[in-house]
This record gives sequence, structure tokens and C-alpha cells, in this order.
Amino acid sequence: MNLTSGDDAVRALAKSIRREAIEMVYRANASHIGGALSSADILAVLYSGVLNVDPRTPMGPERDRFIMSKGHCCTALYAVLALKGFFRIEELREFGRDGSRLLSHASNHVPGVEWSTGSLGHGLPIGCGQSLAARRKGESWKVYCLLSDGEINEGSTWEAVIFAAHHGLENLTAIVDANGQQGMGHTRGILRIENLDERFRTAGWDAQVVDGHDVAALREAFSVSPSGRPRVIVAKTVKGKGVPFMQDNVEWHYRSPRTPEEFKAALMALECELQ
Amino acid sequence: MRTTFLRELVKAATIDPRIFLVVGDLGYSVVEPFRDKFPDRFLNVGVAEQNMTGVAAGLSREGFKVFTYSIANFPTLRCLEQIRNDVCYHGLDVTVVAVGGGFMYGPLGASHYATEDIGILRTLPNLHVYAPCVPDQLPPVMNDILTSAGPAYLRLGRAAEFPIPDNKKLLEGGWMFSRNGGSSATVAMGNVGSIIRKVQKEERADRDLWFTGRVKPFPKIVAESLARYREVLAIEDHQRSGGLASLVAEQLFINRDTKEFPLVRSYSIPDRFPDFSGKEEYIQYTMIHMDRNK
Repeated sequence: MNLTSGDDAVRALAKSIRREAIEMVYRANASHIGGALSSADILAVLYSGVLNVDPRTPMGPERDRFIMSKGHCCTALYAVLALKGFFRIEELREFGRDGSRLLSHASNHVPGVEWSTGSLGHGLPIGCGQSLAARRKGESWKVYCLLSDGEINEGSTWEAVIFAAHHGLENLTAIVDANGQQGMGHTRGILRIENLDERFRTAGWDAQVVDGHDVAALREAFSVSPSGRPRVIVAKTVKGKGVPFMQDNVEWHYRSPRTPEEFKAALMALECELQ
Repeated sequence: MRTTFLRELVKAATIDPRIFLVVGDLGYSVVEPFRDKFPDRFLNVGVAEQNMTGVAAGLSREGFKVFTYSIANFPTLRCLEQIRNDVCYHGLDVTVVAVGGGFMYGPLGASHYATEDIGILRTLPNLHVYAPCVPDQLPPVMNDILTSAGPAYLRLGRAAEFPIPDNKKLLEGGWMFSRNGGSSATVAMGNVGSIIRKVQKEERADRDLWFTGRVKPFPKIVAESLARYREVLAIEDHQRSGGLASLVAEQLFINRDTKEFPLVRSYSIPDRFPDFSGKEEYIQYTMIHMDRNK
């Protein structure tokens, strides 16, 4: 089933994802809130009619496969899955606790999570394998893979880029959450990759750049018909989107709100910012 | 060994339509029978071992029983994290096949040797590890791999050039055993026939002979049998650290409730890379035997 929603509902979902993600990292004193906030709109769109998934049968054979290759931002993924009914939303409170299945990197023990990820550069090769399997078995489901822009540093990602183009994996869509930051600072200052969409095009992919916080633009980008080539959507985003004091600040790759006041300030800012 | 492996794989794939072979642009004049018979279940991913292993994991997740195939350290160490995270962590039915075990690619140098593979790979949870020495062991080894239906590593070297006694027996996990009535045993891993011969000549010992099959999980019957000897000599074309000698010692000494232990000796690679050229036997002799790292 497609969990279709209007744009306002998608924006509301994205806001809820952000709120839950902030609460999770606050309670668990966990990292990576910046990249979770940058990917919230992408995930909200994907789980609002793009992905053919059903919370009642998370592993149904006809489902689309979604790979969260940037597994360190799992709070946003867990949040959208809980909000869409894949598991009880109360379980989000257990994120990062001793014995919880909600690990601080994406865990496939959580309903709706296809793969355990966390080490970068693994998602796209796996996605290539699943895409090829669908084709060889004559099945019509699709594969979506969300990557970080830091992850574009990894050689294994480029091995998969070449492979997907060679095999014309039109049932594979990669989304790059291009928030412009990675572990130690801005991507442009660490390993500059200019014109990412053009690089994919040169490799044999269809590529499109969109505003990664514009749900209508994202939805439109996901609706493009297959062309015989794999497709990448380079989603220009802001790390920490929704909480101004976290935005575009690499510190929030690591830290979480430290005090109840800072936590409340983050939620308040989120309410004001994304009215 | 590799030709026998391919024959066994083709035989299995004829019966089981889920079997899929993925190669890393190696296997020329070996893998073609599979490719030609099952073109829809064959893939050459190019020189890209990390992608090869990730693709294999993806295929396996969708129901295929996948074999990845390349030389020595390429399908193993080059993509170790993909084997660990994608295959082993998810418990997928992927068998990593490395040809060129030990010093098989002699003159090609250390870049083409598989002399640390067992030590490294056997630490990975969920991974079954196989190191058969002669072609006769491959049918039971393949049967073990296909029925266990989980992550596996298969090390293939050149067939051990050693006359297999008539009284040989195949045991659990493809181990091969030949009894000579001795109170000591030689346990061999890899193509180490010439070293076995040299040692037997030097020591004039009638040792029982064991060829490794599945080394992880280590068959209980083999561990119990080895524990009864006075002396066990491990001969391997692998670094001592983490290899056969370590493995045998672990099986004999850890958590064993006995006061009597066999003496364990080893002919292994002594924590070095060879820095000279040579054929396999020459390098083995120089690195393993002449060094006499007892």
C-alpha cells in the first residue's frame, strides 16, 4: 500500500520526525542529530506515498526496499517508521538504552529497517544486488538508497555507481542528503566534489538536483518515469535543519542537547522555525 | 581444486536454481562452464571486490545462494568489512571462495598470497570456514556449505601433492583421516604435501594423517580424536598466528578438563613475508620448513 498524504501532512510528518529525533538523542545523549534533521523531509516524502511499504507486513515480498546507508542518522528513520505504525511510538523512548533493539546506528532488528548500517559506503552496493535480483526474478519492486554526502568519499560507493550504470538498474534510486558537512567540517574543505549530479550523469545515471526541504519538489523528483538508467536525486539540505542553533554547525554532528533547557529550546525553535 | 569446485558448483546449480556465482573479473578458463550453463545466475562485477561482496549480500537477501570468487586476498581482505557487516552480521547465504590458498601463486609475490586468511576470517561471527586440501574433500565440503545455508569461507589451494592412503576416511565437515597406528598425528592445511614428506623422512615417524576440512565450527569428533595423541604436528601454508597451529592449540587446551595434553608442534609461516621470488614449493620450503619454526 502507498501511504499517500498531501504536502501539508508530509510537512507535519517531517516536523514530527525532527521532534522525535531530537528527543531520542537528548534522552540517550547520542550523536548525529544534524544529519537526522537534514534528512527528515526526504524520509517524510518517501514514507508518504513514494515507497510501497506496509507497516502490517514490513517484509512483504512486493515491498519497495529502502536502504538507510547513512545509518548514523537512524533516529530519523526510527521516528518515521514509528510514526507510520511499524512499531509502537513509545518504543522510541528506549533508543540507545541497554538491551534496546533501537541501536544508535540503523538496526534491521527494528521492523521496517531493511539493513543494519553504520559503516559508510555499504548501502549502494547492497542496493545494486537487490535491484539486480528484482530484475533477474522479473519482479517490479524498487530499491531506494539514502546516502550522506560524506559517504560519497567512499570508493565502494563509486564501485556501485559504475556497476549500476553498466547494468542499467532503472529500478534503483539513490538519494544524496547533500547537507554539505561531514565528520570534521564542510565537505568542500575536506574532499571537494563539485557538480555531484554531473559526476553521476557522466557515469551513466540520470541525475536531478532538488531542494531537499521542499516536499513538493522531492515528490515530483520521485515521480519521474524510469529511463533505463539508475537515478540519483541530489537533495540540497541544511545540516540541523529546523533548529537554527544547530544549523550548519559541525558540532551537532556529535553532541546532543545537554540540559532540559537546551532540549526545550531546540523543540521551541523547531516549532517556530517550521510553522 | 578449483576445477573440482566448479564442477561441484555446476552440479549443485543444476538442481538448485537459487545458486548464483559472482566473480571479481578472475577465473578465466575456470568459471566458463557455469557462466555458459547459467548465464542468468552469473555475474562478473569487474575489479571491485567491495561492490562484489555488497552485491552478493543484496542478491542473497532476495533468496539467492551466492558464491563470490576471486584470488587469495582479493575476495577476503580487500572487502573484509563487507563480509563482516553485510554478510556475517545479517547471516546471509554467501560463500566467499578464494583460490590460491597459501603460496600457490608463488612468483607473483605477497600481494597474491592467502597466508593470513584463516586467522582473520575465523574471528567473524556466523562464518563457517573451510580449508580442504585435496579434491576428494570437496563433495562433502560443498554439501556442508549448501546445507548450512549461511555465511561461509572456502579456501582453495593447489591440491596437496601427497599420496592419499587407501585407508582414508572422510569425516564431519569434509575432514580426511588416515590411520597409521601411530601415537602422533600430523594435521595438514593447504598444499603442504612436500613438507609432510620431508618431515616423515626426517623423523621416521608413522603418524596418523589428518587433512583439514571445516575448521570453524571445529568438529567435536576431530578435537576429541586429536586430544588422544601424544603429539600433534600442525603443518600449514599460513601464518602461525591464528592459523592451524593456533586452532589446534585452542581446541586442545581451552576449557578442556584434563591434565594430559598432547605436545603441539607446528611448521607454519613465522610472522614474515617472503621477499624473494620462487615457485610454491621453494617458497614453502624456505619459509615453513627450512626455518624449522618448531
